[in-house]
Amino acid sequence: MYDVIIIGAGPAGVSASLYTKRANLNTLIIYHDKSGLEKAELIENYYGFENGITGKELYNEGIKQAKRLGTEVLDEEVINIKMEEKGFTVITNKNEYQTKTVIFATGNKKNTPKIKGIKEFEGKGISYCAVCDGFFYRNKNIAVIGSGNYAISETNELINLAKEITILTDGKTAPEIRADNVKIVPKKIREVRGETRVEEVEFEDNTKLPVDGIFVANGIAGSSEFAKKLGILTNKENIVVNENMETNIPGIYACGDCTGGILQVSKAVYEGAKAGLEVIKYVRNKN
Amino acid sequence: MSVLKINEENFENEVLKSEEMVLIDFYADWCGPCKMMSPIIDEIAEEMEGKVKVGKVNVDDNQQLAIKYNVMSIPTIIIYKNGMPVKSFVGLRDKNEILDSLK
Repeated sequence: MYDVIIIGAGPAGVSASLYTKRANLNTLIIYHDKSGLEKAELIENYYGFENGITGKELYNEGIKQAKRLGTEVLDEEVINIKMEEKGFTVITNKNEYQTKTVIFATGNKKNTPKIKGIKEFEGKGISYCAVCDGFFYRNKNIAVIGSGNYAISETNELINLAKEITILTDGKTAPEIRADNVKIVPKKIREVRGETRVEEVEFEDNTKLPVDGIFVANGIAGSSEFAKKLGILTNKENIVVNENMETNIPGIYACGDCTGGILQVSKAVYEGAKAGLEVIKYVRNKN
Repeated sequence: MSVLKINEENFENEVLKSEEMVLIDFYADWCGPCKMMSPIIDEIAEEMEGKVKVGKVNVDDNQQLAIKYNVMSIPTIIIYKNGMPVKSFVGLRDKNEILDSLK
């Protein structure tokens, strides 16, 4: 079992690991896809670089630094996190890992698709958590919006409950999934419609699909998706933390851009360090 | 006043015919966010004692109530005034956000 799993390998995640690893905590970093930092062309407002540094370089150096200290760094996609009696299970597209604590350092990427009707019908047929809400859709026709591993994972949670599941990729490449009651529609979505609750999806080609509910599982799941599943308080999709980077769930911390505020390397480094130090205390108190 | 256990039998008397404002938390035991919501609801019940009646509905045992009030995501919190639902919250919410709506 790990002492801490850090999700995200940007300045917040790596900074947290520098502290936990040097304190001898069994530390794992899991990251996937591009970091927001890589998009920064030249960073001139961060301490210690005479001529500035590109975001990509800083990002790569950070991962190298974590690895040199002996932290395991894996490029895998986290698709689910489960609360266990003692700690958490982090499930990726390749494996499952047990840990005492989790630090979210997943950046500020927002995944909710900008499709008309989605916000409006939240809780009225639009759901973000298959495990929580699948129950309400037994033997019903539902759709899952998404096209990646996360969408497949949510679909698998629903497969034995729903009558029929349609994966809506909204124009993106269709994922591989085989089941009798699952079909894939790769058309672009125009709108989600209904009277008091979701009733149908209208596509750009004017065709329609009647549905009883829609599960949103777009892109790569980040902190706000896991927050909805686990019950972590958020404020406008940012994770709510106290001054110790603790969320409302003991053992779960968040740092960097996913907590909102100024999206700066310096702030991410501070929050990462703080989260790391607090995790050290938490793990030592538990032992 | 502690949190009331509301079910299909006592819903009409405790909620619809209540003279006080009523806050109902629709939840299930297997839902992670519901478990995080539950202590917040308990605190609200304590703080609003005498002003707002607070109850919890287990959707597993009371599916008809969930269907009637269009509960399709949990936790869902519905506030009733004079027997009518006047406000609802879907998903885990901050205590102050809920308290504000009870004023």
